[in-house]
Amino acid sequence: MTTTTPHSLAIAAKGLRKAYGDKTVLDGIDLAVPAGTVFSLLGPNGAGKTTAVKILSTLITADAGELHVGGHDLATDPQAVRAAIGVTGQFSAVDGLITGEENMLLMADLHLLPRSEGRRTAAELLERFDLVDAAQKPVSTYSGGMKRRLDIAMTLVGGPRIIFLDEPTTGLDPRSRHNMWGIIRELVSGGVTVFLTTQYLEEADELADRIAVLSDGRIAAEGSAEELKRLVPGGHVRLRFADPAAYRSAAVALREVTPLAPGLARAGGTPIDEALSLQIPSDGSQRELRSILDWLDSAGIEADELTVHTPDLDDVFFALTGTADVPDQLRKAVR
Amino acid sequence: MSTPLTPARPARFSLAVRHSNTMLRRNLLHARRYPSLTLNLLLTPIMLLLLFVYIFGDVMSAGIGGGDADRSDYIAYLVPGLLLMTIGSTVIGAAVSVSMDMTEGLIARFRTMAIYRGSVLVGHVFGSVLQVLASLVLVGAIAVAIGFRSTDATALEWLAAFGLLALFTLAFTWIAVGMGMASPNPEAAANMATPLIVLPLISSAFVPLDAIPGWFRPVAEYQPFTPAIETLRGLLLGTEIGNNWWIAVVWCAGLTALGYRWSTALFNRDPK
Repeated sequence: MTTTTPHSLAIAAKGLRKAYGDKTVLDGIDLAVPAGTVFSLLGPNGAGKTTAVKILSTLITADAGELHVGGHDLATDPQAVRAAIGVTGQFSAVDGLITGEENMLLMADLHLLPRSEGRRTAAELLERFDLVDAAQKPVSTYSGGMKRRLDIAMTLVGGPRIIFLDEPTTGLDPRSRHNMWGIIRELVSGGVTVFLTTQYLEEADELADRIAVLSDGRIAAEGSAEELKRLVPGGHVRLRFADPAAYRSAAVALREVTPLAPGLARAGGTPIDEALSLQIPSDGSQRELRSILDWLDSAGIEADELTVHTPDLDDVFFALTGTADVPDQLRKAVR
Repeated sequence: MSTPLTPARPARFSLAVRHSNTMLRRNLLHARRYPSLTLNLLLTPIMLLLLFVYIFGDVMSAGIGGGDADRSDYIAYLVPGLLLMTIGSTVIGAAVSVSMDMTEGLIARFRTMAIYRGSVLVGHVFGSVLQVLASLVLVGAIAVAIGFRSTDATALEWLAAFGLLALFTLAFTWIAVGMGMASPNPEAAANMATPLIVLPLISSAFVPLDAIPGWFRPVAEYQPFTPAIETLRGLLLGTEIGNNWWIAVVWCAGLTALGYRWSTALFNRDPK
């Protein structure tokens, strides 16, 4: 373990546990989120993501664990934690009976902003989140995307330094999702720490500095998107040929020579016909690439294009969360 | 750390007041935008008032004052009970709106903000108390319009009557808020609060205690509505109050304390 104190981290959790009855939801997880970064908790439905957010945002109490948010101990000083954070939960936390502007002014009042400053903050945020036209309408008439935007705008009223977003883009259309990503990037560029849960791998890949994959209440893996991708097999080197003759001879050579090439011996080269390309399994490391190149040279194969493919987060997700046999259709939906 | 983490007590108190006041304004805004809930609840006492005066009035008046009473005497007899029944039926709105609020994500947001924790419930309670008091004014005005007159009440007695109604409202609002907190949804909250309409029916609101069968009389006599009704009658109409006033005050204090403890305990529990 590093020697960082809880104070240099925006969020620090050690041995976080939570059980409902005899169902363990979080089984002793450790988290460390440096200030000013985006941390994404990734996992399938029911993995415990929302429970983790609820605990770290003081909504519910943990059964065990040493937990600090914004340098404050969750167990002894939850009110100081609350003063540092903003939370946008999975279900919209807006007052549907009043207008968007009234919702914003409600937040300003609760943050004890002086009247004029409250009005100005509300107006600025409504503008920034493209809600000016709807500001005078009851929130119950808003679309899902508008409610989400208002929700985040309300979270920002107090200028929180640490923001929890629980599945912020679930149920949004692609355009709204991209807008939300823009909003999150903007927040981070302002120095805010973002703790994000998502079931969309692409979203974690796009936004997060670090990703933890939560599965059955445990952290199955943690690291940057690149680091996670290297954890699972599925990477390969692809050779593409312009000349069908060169392709055929390479394919034959590959099949014959495969057992001799150290990097290829394990999985065996798999020639594929599509677009005259050949695929050779590889983890993408320098050593393996060199041996592949050496072998290609010695076999007299000259490809027109060579690309290295690392596995994407989908592969990581399915490998780590034990749902490798989900149908292709679902994989596409997740993407 | 050298600086204290929590502000000094007066500062905390003024924060609690400001946050509660904001929550109160939120609830009053709801009431203004969607008055139908309170208005629907008001229908019961107003209909009962008109029903018992204009339809059953002649029969009912025969049961009071030894037979020589007329309809206007029965109006005088009925109104104090109807005012308290107005409280019992309109506080149901508090149970329903608290329960509705608790199913919303907004309450989770409030829980994760550095605000006075009790402000959500305090806002509901005071919002409801103001709505009930407005309802009392309305029912009182109708009563006066159909002929209710206080006989000899002094200013002090009027003040005491108003104070009693306010205390009773506060007590039953806290109970209703507890019922709203304990209910999984608004429908269940409305069902749970139904006894608050039924209680006045089995009190001395419509008929004198001696008209109630002996085996049931102790229940009718000592449940919270009867002593409050008898006290209000005494204050407005000069009838005998006896020990009713302090029984009523004890009921109010007890129910307020119970409702407060119950509601806040439920609110401070981990939400599902």
